[in-house]
Amino acid sequence: MWRYIFRRFMQGILLVFLVAAIVFFLGRFTGNPADLMLPEDAIEADRVALIEALGLERPMHEQFAIFVRNALRGDLGESIRYRQSAVEVFFSRLPNTLMLIPGVMALALIMAIPLGILSAIRRGGIIDRLSGTLAVLGIATPNFWLGILLIYLFSVQLGWLPSARMGSWQHYVLPTVTLGTFLVAGYMRLIRSSMLEVLDSEFVKLARIKGLSETVVVWKHCLRNALLPVLTLWGVFLSGLVTGAIVTETVFAWPGIGRLTYEAVIFRDYPLLQAVIIMDAVLILFINLLVDILYAYVDPRIRLTN
Amino acid sequence: MKTLPWTSVIIICTMVFVALFAPWLAPHSPIEQSLANKLLPPFWQDGGSTTYLLGTDEFGRDVFSRLLYGARVSMTVSALALLVGGGIGLAIGIISGYVGGRVDGVLMRLVDAALAFPAILFALLLAVTMGQGLRTIVIAISLLLWATFARVVRGEVLSIKQRDYIALARVHGCSLLRIMVTHVMPNVANTFMVLLTLYVGVVIVAEASLSFLGAGIPPPTPSWGLMVAEGRGKITSAWWLSLIPGIAITLVVLAFNLFGDWLRDRLDPKLRQL
Repeated sequence: MWRYIFRRFMQGILLVFLVAAIVFFLGRFTGNPADLMLPEDAIEADRVALIEALGLERPMHEQFAIFVRNALRGDLGESIRYRQSAVEVFFSRLPNTLMLIPGVMALALIMAIPLGILSAIRRGGIIDRLSGTLAVLGIATPNFWLGILLIYLFSVQLGWLPSARMGSWQHYVLPTVTLGTFLVAGYMRLIRSSMLEVLDSEFVKLARIKGLSETVVVWKHCLRNALLPVLTLWGVFLSGLVTGAIVTETVFAWPGIGRLTYEAVIFRDYPLLQAVIIMDAVLILFINLLVDILYAYVDPRIRLTN
Repeated sequence: MKTLPWTSVIIICTMVFVALFAPWLAPHSPIEQSLANKLLPPFWQDGGSTTYLLGTDEFGRDVFSRLLYGARVSMTVSALALLVGGGIGLAIGIISGYVGGRVDGVLMRLVDAALAFPAILFALLLAVTMGQGLRTIVIAISLLLWATFARVVRGEVLSIKQRDYIALARVHGCSLLRIMVTHVMPNVANTFMVLLTLYVGVVIVAEASLSFLGAGIPPPTPSWGLMVAEGRGKITSAWWLSLIPGIAITLVVLAFNLFGDWLRDRLDPKLRQL
């Protein structure tokens, strides 16, 4: 098992390195990063000074070596807008994003597991068709627009919930629903299709022949196996979650890393954007590693074979 | 066999028609400002008129005309991005699947990496380093597409590779390139078509999201995502600015997804899990 985890970890490190390399070279090949970092009316002397300070006149491979060495020390440059270390800015915003996650995951599981199971057991029934429609709609509705629609309905028209920023628990409701919708839709369909597959398998037939009650068969024997694809496809969902967080936090003025990414783009804060992207890659590495360990724990086939 | 989803077909045809003929269909210029007529509501509300069917924005621009021109942006970006991103994915998928071995190993690790990392971040980075524009957004969205295309096409090629006609072609002395282009490629055409249709929706949402985040086609060119973003601050007083373009996006994406599902069931039921 540890060999499997180690291999996944090395793959993750490779991903972070690739991301860092792409970020580094994209900035260098599409122009001089100094121009991206300076205000438009900067004088030539400032430009020369910055180029020297950043070592931009040196050969590319040397620059990359310096970049990697600094990155390993946790130095990814200074944000133009905040005038402080970009990594520090990232970490100051990270908790706000993490605080959204439990709600989103809870919503996704509470909605998706029962609906997915019920649609699979009563295939073609009312719940199946309703949740199918819901899933199709949830996937087709762009996140940012859903957020605005919810603000219009629940903040502007009904006045029930606040529309922006952090605060009491009410502030969490709309961002959670906005961010959670695609996850609910995706998981629901996933659990439904894997439940259908499991319900058709030999061990379920055996469980039924043994005379186990339908409840035990479905909730114990089937669900455990049907949940495996949820973990397998977690990486894809995580990537969607990061994308969703950028848009959702922008809509709700939520001071997390998603909103920070948006600010970096809008204010053309290139060092900050660069740092956010690399730190996102590191974050994804750790979350995926955690899921891999969980996966190995849940699925003995991975734990026992190498 | 499911019947053809007519509603979707009608929506898609309307979208293509509108995109092609926007200049003739639009009653007003999409970018000309007329401050005297700013923030007029749609015609069915008090104060609205049929001159501006869906109302006007804060610069007095006609929302209906901007919506029609926005279809153009969506369709152009979709077509180009699917051509570039899908094409690259197709090529990599065929090479990876057919050549196999170490080439396959390296290419598939790259695909894994690309799928694990949100492409939108590179798209945003591109917008900052290269500047906003059609070229940037097409490259950005291609980055989002190629990996999925490559993976699915590769899977398909792996099974095609085992067929007799491929062995025959090899015995006959066909070059590697010739086999891949004339014997493998036509046989993944169905899968490729299904993927293209299923991903139009993804591309439209991606384009709209990037525009919404200020990294798409630069203003004043009307893009649906940009229209939603511009109307966001006016949601309390002028709901139509944000909500109407959003409805357009959702409807079109829904239509393409349902049509794609139908096409998949018809041409390539193996792809069910997509």
